[in-house]
This record gives sequence, structure tokens and C-alpha cells, in this order.
Amino acid sequence: MISRIEKDHRRFREIVRGRIRENLRRYVSRGDMISRKGKETVSIPMPQIDIPRFVHGDNKGQGVGQGEGEPGDPISEGEGEPGAGKAGEGEGDKAVEVEVTLDELAAIMGEELGLPRIEPRGSQNLETVKDRYVGLRTTGPESLRHFKATFKRALRRQIAMGTYDPKRPIIVPVREDRRYRSWKSEPKPQSNAVIIYMMDVSGSMGDEQKEIVRIESFWIDTWLRSQYKGLESRYIIHDATAREVEREVFFSTRESGGTMISSAYRKCAELVEREFDPSNWNIYAFHFSDGDNWSVDDTAACIRLLRDTLIPASNQFGYGQVESPYGSGQFIKDLRAAFGEEELLVTSEIKTKDDIMDSIREFLKGGR
Amino acid sequence: MATLPQHLAELQAEIETYASEYGLDFFTTIYEVVDYRQMCEIAAYEGFPVRYPHWRFGMEYDRMMKSQTYGLSKIYELVINTDPCYAYLLEGNSLVDQKLVMSHVYGHCDFFKHNRFFSHTDRRMIDGMANHATRVRRHMDRQGVDAVESFIDVCHSLDNLIDPWLPFRKPKPARREPSIEMPIHVGRITSGDHERSYLDEYINPPEFIEEQRKRAEEEREQRRKIPPRPERDLLGFLLLHAPLEPWEADVLGIIREEAYYFLPQRQTKIMNEGWATYWHSKLMTTRALRDDELIDYAEAASGVTAMAPNQLNPYKIGVELYRDIEERWNKGKFGKQWDECDDRQLRDDWDLGLNLGQSKIFEVRRLYNDVTFIDEFFTLEFCRRNRFFTFTENRRSGRHEIESRDFKKIKDTLLQQLTNFGQPFIYVVDANYLNRGELLLAHRHEGVDLRLGYARDTLRNLERIWRRPVSILTTVDDKPKRIRFDGTEIQIADEPEAWRVS
Repeated sequence: MISRIEKDHRRFREIVRGRIRENLRRYVSRGDMISRKGKETVSIPMPQIDIPRFVHGDNKGQGVGQGEGEPGDPISEGEGEPGAGKAGEGEGDKAVEVEVTLDELAAIMGEELGLPRIEPRGSQNLETVKDRYVGLRTTGPESLRHFKATFKRALRRQIAMGTYDPKRPIIVPVREDRRYRSWKSEPKPQSNAVIIYMMDVSGSMGDEQKEIVRIESFWIDTWLRSQYKGLESRYIIHDATAREVEREVFFSTRESGGTMISSAYRKCAELVEREFDPSNWNIYAFHFSDGDNWSVDDTAACIRLLRDTLIPASNQFGYGQVESPYGSGQFIKDLRAAFGEEELLVTSEIKTKDDIMDSIREFLKGGR
Repeated sequence: MATLPQHLAELQAEIETYASEYGLDFFTTIYEVVDYRQMCEIAAYEGFPVRYPHWRFGMEYDRMMKSQTYGLSKIYELVINTDPCYAYLLEGNSLVDQKLVMSHVYGHCDFFKHNRFFSHTDRRMIDGMANHATRVRRHMDRQGVDAVESFIDVCHSLDNLIDPWLPFRKPKPARREPSIEMPIHVGRITSGDHERSYLDEYINPPEFIEEQRKRAEEEREQRRKIPPRPERDLLGFLLLHAPLEPWEADVLGIIREEAYYFLPQRQTKIMNEGWATYWHSKLMTTRALRDDELIDYAEAASGVTAMAPNQLNPYKIGVELYRDIEERWNKGKFGKQWDECDDRQLRDDWDLGLNLGQSKIFEVRRLYNDVTFIDEFFTLEFCRRNRFFTFTENRRSGRHEIESRDFKKIKDTLLQQLTNFGQPFIYVVDANYLNRGELLLAHRHEGVDLRLGYARDTLRNLERIWRRPVSILTTVDDKPKRIRFDGTEIQIADEPEAWRVS
């Protein structure tokens, strides 16, 4: 009986997924979805899933009500139907809010952008296997014999056979009564991937730029999370100096110093050295900036750091450059000139929110 | 299906006795106890255990499960119009609640059986629905799920375009007769006398003959038109005239049949719920209630008739109207003398001791629907006593405000909301519009415009069935317009004048 409605329900979910995919670009470029994030789900308003009919349009909010009050008095909005509402009476034009899990969302995005699945490296030695005794079985070594279960079995058998004498309660287990502990090997995934976000928070990064970074890192996060269990994320902000911060701080801080990108790269390199051994960890580093570095010397230092330490250590190093009215945007050119064909360094320019999708694709299409 | 637990079966017998003693007459009623998931499922299927597969039911289920889980609403009872009548009780409801629900259900069952708007419904619709489901599934097996499902989407988008009065008309011949050119009779009078042919000009003056010919031609034109006169049963019309594959015709027929089946429930929402509420209140307070159940009952019952200020509760307004009618007919507050009396004191004290109340409300539940119910019994006094008002949206604050307490305005607004159960009047006007096989619909404008975005999408869907351009005449912002969809784009053109039903 239940299976029927579940089929219809599944079909409905499929349609919802289809709708999300169609409108993914719009959802992605809008920041409001992130704030809707629950623990593991996102709810998305979906107004157009209704069936269109010839219906009356806006009747200027008119209607009939009951109660006290003088003409002109505001009336409070009533809450829905009364307690014993009969089903199926709603003819309304309420926007349907659908909930999807982040995993589902990542899958949709993966399909839509054609993102390849990521092959993790060094994962074997990080997946620890733990044995747990979970049940009983009929065969096993005597050392694992479960005495109580065996006794119970034997008792049951003897009672059934009529050979049990309460006055002389002797229980003799036979071969079939024996029970042994059995175990299950449970792979215990350990986090073996880390994203290190770096953001330029110097004076030239405005709110809109930060919003773009915020949205983009949400989606990158969502995708990578669906690929690794127990993903860690770290956040580094920098102007002329860099420091590691909490997630909330990362998105809200606004400093106003100059910009020395090398400070962040140095911090990142330290972090990797201290905590994340590249042979065991999948390291993703993303740096967002408006590309306005302090000096040529500093840029040279950055390139050196990238070449010697960061790129060899990470699965991928992404540099996203948001456009700012103040910046020269020189840094991305310098990087491209310096690294040219280097596969592990991905650069992307994000001019407006509409470019976020393409930028994400740029970053993640390599499947590394 | 599980049998009813002992204590509920006893309860059923008890309440059934009370209901019969009060004169309620109902089909055999079968109760089933279901858990809340099943309740949501059944409610999503509009009360039936089996419906054809469609995502819309899944969506309803999703919505109801959510609002149930979050405690926003709870479905107490569900009863369907069949013979025997099936009613569902929610597992885990308290005994008082189950009593209340049962008493309520007998009100509905009695209403289903006796209200004349239900007289044409198929009482074995459980089988009907199951058959429909089987047929749709078979089409899906043959045509593919997507093809059938998207066709059902199209049909749903048109399923409010039916004629509420159709079940009460004489059935028309299912097929129209082969079109034979009608000979034109001009009514020429022959004198039968060749000698006096000179008189012909006087007996049959040319202007007269010309006029006759014109009229006959018009009539022939009219007959040739499809449909001969504007028709509201668009679904039925499409079944006859649209180029449908056999399976499409079958699916469309199913949707139409179900739309007609559910129609009376939408026509009698206030009356039906009011009647059931009247009876649960009566049965409970006079017979079924035990002393220690009073508080629980009072709470449940007040939940049923709770009012939100900007929303009419059909349970509340319905039950109040029945009680008002009962009192008026008990005291004789009706008829010419009553209507003409305008002495306040006299009216207040009016009591002829007729005691016709009970028989009157039984008569009302038999003969009326929501529109006629409100039209006839929503009186000035009733309106005042129950503190009705009209409200309107304040554009600046976006809030709803009380607009007035003018009786006429309140009643007009109410009736407008109920007429055609709040749906626009849409007619099929011409199946050969512009002599190009285009379909022309018309909207009888009653003061409220169509919702344009929806109208466009509906036209798109209609075009998929008709396979030729489709148009609808309507009025937008007081200007007559024609919206047309030709398969690729929507055009909105001005019309010289607004369309009227001739």
C-alpha cells in the first residue's frame, strides 16, 4: 500500500531534481541559498512546479472575514487551515519549498557541470579497519565460543526434547548448540582531504567580491564534501600579513591593509607542513584575490612558493580572481606567464556572479 | 484490511444508533484505522486507496507529511463519497476524538447520500479509480512513462474546464450527425396556379424572400459551427473533436470522469462541512459525550470551528447557518410577514412556535449548494451577528485591512468567491476559428482578470492537445484582449469588444 505513494513521491523528487538542474545557474549565482543551509539540507523555493490552469488572478487581496474591528483596522494573517482540515482542498498558489540534501545537490551539480569523480590519492593507508563483535554464528574457534548463547540453545533443545529434568538441571551442549562470536570489519573512514581557502581581505576587496568568494567556496565545498568523507576545511585571510581564522571570520572580516599574497602562501605552506602530510592527504588550496599585489618582488616570492612547495603538495591549487574596481588584476597575468601549462595550477577570473558556475567548472573539471 | 478493534466497533454501533434516531440516513459506513503515514497517503490520493500514478500525488504527500511532521496540521478524518462509505480514523487519536470523528462522518455520509448535487456521482468510485489506475498503467507500459505522464500534466491543466450542470442535462448524442447540407427553405408561397404567376411578386415580395433566405443561411451557418453554441465542457469537447491517439483519448476521458466525480464536493464545501459539524456537535452534546470527556471534546470541537480573521472557515460558517435556519424556522421567522416587518422589537421577539427547524434543515441539505445556500440564507441579521466584514489589501503596508461591514458588499464578495467555486467561466466558442481549424475559447469576465502567466502556460498545454493554434478571448485591465498561442509563441492582441455569452 505504501509503495504506491512512494513511487509517486520518488517521481516528484525526480522532477524537483530536474527543475533544480535546469535552474542551477540561477541558484548558484544567488547567495541566499547558502543561508538556508540546515545541517545537511538546503531548502529551495520552487514556485513554478504548480500545474497551470485558467484561474483568477490577483483580486486585489479582497475577501471576507469574521471578527471584531473597525474599518481600516489591520487584521493579522491567519495560520492555515483549521485543525480538522480535509485534505486536498488547497487550490492555492503557494510556492513549494523543497528540501534536498547537500549530497544530492552536489550530485546534481556534478551532472550538470559534467564534473568527473575525483580519484583520491593515498587513501588506503588512511582507511582504518576496525573489527567489532556484532553477532553469533554456528562455527568458529573454541576460543570464541559464546558460553551463554550455547547454554541457552542447549537448554531450549533439551526442553523441546523432554530430556530436561528440573530436579537435576544438567545441560549438555552438543555440536549443534554451540554458538561462536562473529565479527564484522568496519572500515572507518578518516578524513584525508583538506581544503585550504585563502582570501585577500585588503581594502580593495568589497562586499560584492566577498559575496562571490563566499558563494563559490560554498559550492566547491559542497562538491568536494560529496567526494570525500570527513573533509576538513581551513581558512586563511591575509592583507599584508596572513593568519588562520574560523569560517565565520573568513567570510565577514574586512581589513584594510595593503596586499602581500606571499604572506598567505607562506602560511599555507606552514600549515601543510605542520598538519597535512601530502603523501597521505588530498590537499586542495584555493586562493581568491582581486589580483592587486603589493610589489613585483612579492609576486616573485609567491611564484617561488607555489613552484617549490604548494603545487607539489596539493592535488590542485586554484586561484580565483574577482574583479574589483580598485585592483589592477595583474597577479593572474603573472601567474599565467610563470606557469603556463602547469596542470595543477588552475586560474579563473570571476567578473560577476554569473561567472561563478564557469569558474567552478574550471576549478573542478580536472577531477584531481 | 484489518477489522475494527472491539472498542471502536462498539463505539460505531453506539453512534450509528444515535445518528439514525435523529433521522440521519446514510450508506453503510466502514471505518478503517490507519497510521498517519497511511492517512497522508490516502489523503494525497483524495481518499482513495488506488489512483493512477502521477507525481502530483507525490507532491501532495510530501506537503502533508511535512506539515504533519512539523505539527502544522493534522488530518483527523477522511471520508469518501461511495456506497458503502469508507471513512478513515487516525490511529492513536483519543477515544473522544474518535467519537467526534465518527459523529462527524455520519453527517458527511448522510449529505453524500441525499444532497442532489451528488445524485449523479458514481458510488462505486473505488473500483472506478482502481480501473483508471490499471488503464493508465497499461498505457504507460506501452507508450512509456514520460509520454503518458506529461500528457496527464496537460490534462490536469485543463481539468477545471468542465460544465457543472452537465450531469443534470439530457445526454446529447455522443457523435454529431454527418454534415449534410441543409436545404434552404425560404417559405415561398405558391399559388398553384400558373395563370396568376404575375401575383407571385406580391405574394412573395423579394425583400421578404431575401430576408428569409438570410435567416435560413444564418441558421445553417450556426448549425455548421462547432460547437453550435458556446460550451463549457472543454474536456468533453476535446474528447469528441481533438485529434487524439486512442490512448490519449482514454487518459483524457479518465481525467474528465474524475473531475466530474469530485465536482459536487467543491460545490458544497460549506454545506457539507457545516452539516457534518452540526451533527457531530448535536450527537456529542446530547448523546455520546460522557462527563469526563467534556473538556477534551470542547477543545477538539473548538479547533474545528476556529476562525482566522482573513479566512473563512467553512465548518464555522456552515454550522452557524444551519443553526440560524433551524432557529428561524422554529420561530417562524420567514415568509412575507417576517420580511415586511421592520420593527426591531417585534423581530427580536418573533416566535410563532412552528418548530419546523429540523425538517427545514433536512430539506436544505437536500436541495442546495454553496452558492444558493449563501444566497438564500445569508441574511443581514446573520451577517451582523457573526461580525462579518470584507477586507482588502493595503498596497502601502502590504497588510490586509478591514474594508467595510456593508452587508451587500460582504454578500457579493462571498458569492463571487463561491460562484463556479472560484473558477473563471471559460467557454469553447469555435473549433474552426478564422476558418483555419484554430480553437477559440472565451473567458466570461466577471470583474477579475485571469492570471496571465498561468493562462499562457495553459494555452501551451491546450495547443498540445488541439495541435493547431489556440486562442482565448479575455479582458485584461478593462481592455478586451485575445491571447493566442500558435505553437511557437504567445501573442496578445487587442480586440474590438469584450466577448459575451449570446
